[in-house]
Amino acid sequence: MRRAWQSVLLHVALVAGAVVALLPIVWMIAASFMPTGEATTLPPKFIPSNPTLEHYRAVFTRLDMGRYLLNSTLVALLVTGTSLVINAMAGYAFAKLRFRGRDVTFRVLTAGLMLPVQVVMLPLFLFFKQLGLINTYWGVIIPSMASIFAIFLIRQYATAIPDDLLDAARIDGASEARIFRAVVLPVIIPILATLAIWTFLTTWNDFMWPLIVLSDERRYTLPVALANLLGEHVQDVELMMAGSVLTIMPVLAVFLFLQRYYIRGIMAGSVKG
Amino acid sequence: MRAETIERQVARAAWLFLAPALLLIGLFFFLPAAAALVLSLTDFDIYALADIGNARVVGASNYARLIDHPLFWTALKNTFYFALGCGPLTVLVALVAALLVNAPLTRSRTFFRTAYFVPFVTTLVAVAIVWRYLYHKNYGLLNYTLGAFGIEPVDWLGDPTWAMPAIILMAVWKNFGYYMLIFIAGLQAIPRELYEAAELDGASAWRRFLHVTLPQLGPSLVFVGVVVMIGYFQLFAEPYVMTQGGPLKSTTSLVLLMYEEGFRWWRMGFAAAIAFVLFVIILIWTLIQRRLEPKAA
Repeated sequence: MRRAWQSVLLHVALVAGAVVALLPIVWMIAASFMPTGEATTLPPKFIPSNPTLEHYRAVFTRLDMGRYLLNSTLVALLVTGTSLVINAMAGYAFAKLRFRGRDVTFRVLTAGLMLPVQVVMLPLFLFFKQLGLINTYWGVIIPSMASIFAIFLIRQYATAIPDDLLDAARIDGASEARIFRAVVLPVIIPILATLAIWTFLTTWNDFMWPLIVLSDERRYTLPVALANLLGEHVQDVELMMAGSVLTIMPVLAVFLFLQRYYIRGIMAGSVKG
Repeated sequence: MRAETIERQVARAAWLFLAPALLLIGLFFFLPAAAALVLSLTDFDIYALADIGNARVVGASNYARLIDHPLFWTALKNTFYFALGCGPLTVLVALVAALLVNAPLTRSRTFFRTAYFVPFVTTLVAVAIVWRYLYHKNYGLLNYTLGAFGIEPVDWLGDPTWAMPAIILMAVWKNFGYYMLIFIAGLQAIPRELYEAAELDGASAWRRFLHVTLPQLGPSLVFVGVVVMIGYFQLFAEPYVMTQGGPLKSTTSLVLLMYEEGFRWWRMGFAAAIAFVLFVIILIWTLIQRRLEPKAA
């Protein structure tokens, strides 16, 4: 009997927590389908009286957010693809290849983890200005193409590869590139999967650096475009919510479909926020 | 002979594998970081942006100006207010959520775990806009809910007293799910026998938590608390989107001040000095973190 009560109380608390966690997102979705003005009436509504797609139409036509969606997708995919290859190669080299200067190089690299990225932004902006990278997609992509943190994680994971496996391949005459492709990559796939999701989500959600680098509206990523729209459309609650839904849904979908790989990585203590 | 060629071949391959990453990180991270220190010793401004010849080395005068700059101290205070308020609160909420999700009686564990984690993967700028509306004085959901308990409406983001707590609350909502996962992993690593022994001794649930869970989880609790704050010292997007640093500068953070000085007013030398203050804070915090790091089990 006492156990039953405990169970009820526990689940009441759990459900209350889930309501608080999800309510803002549910309200955002609901408001995006409401006719203009309905999201600012009392009492607050969670079901549109007369569901409409007008704000989504406006978002894609008048506000041209399809373009930003494309920009964000392009940037996030390019960063994820390139950084995965570059970091995997580096992480493996640090873990398994013997060469002079390895430990020093790695130590210098990990010392960089203490540097907050904002310190780099001012000179990097001036540097990119010289290189003509301001206001280009590459200006957003290049600084994320290699990550000390990702290299660190891959190194940790790749250390478990048995040396005998690699040496046997070498004696068989396999080139180092071939060993990497055929022996190493299949083994480190799990950490790469976690990192791929993590990189995609972080790049998609990234705000400060794209805000600094991109000045031409046509190149904005979704978060930058959304923050910019707020200035003019802060009163248009339903419209802003449609824009927010458009920004969040792709990452939410990626997460919900692939959460198994992502959550497993975090629980194993690998990926940080 | 053969072994030697293989060794050479491996070393050459290693540098080739490392080259792209080292080049990118060296050129676009370490080099600008060093340049930031130099920049902070110059009076680089909008004129220097047009022609670098207009920039002069001014020694430590940017740092001296910081000390006399009231807004800098406000931003420093706000940043610590946010980090010290938000850090422990995030850890607390994450711990409670982890205990609930991980309780033996809990059903649909995966559903709750996912539900609590969802805010963490959402886009900060987008949810900050959502929360702006939830915090609205007249039609916001929060004031409406509080009104049901007879609490007068509060102008959350328009009142200097409440703006920062409001941002803290939102940040806790956004981030706790991630640390909850870390704690769930920690809870699952506690040996079951410890609980069974405590139960045999007739220890209540509360005492089991106090004498088994907390001591077992303790080191990682402190560690996570410190890690969490490193991220929070870099507060930027929330005030940028929700309050623009106001009202009355009550939510202007160090990074927001750096952004405004550097990229709005183009006082880049001065902004670089602010960035270095941030660096020193984070450095100190990281050193504390390394002290506290639980020995790898």
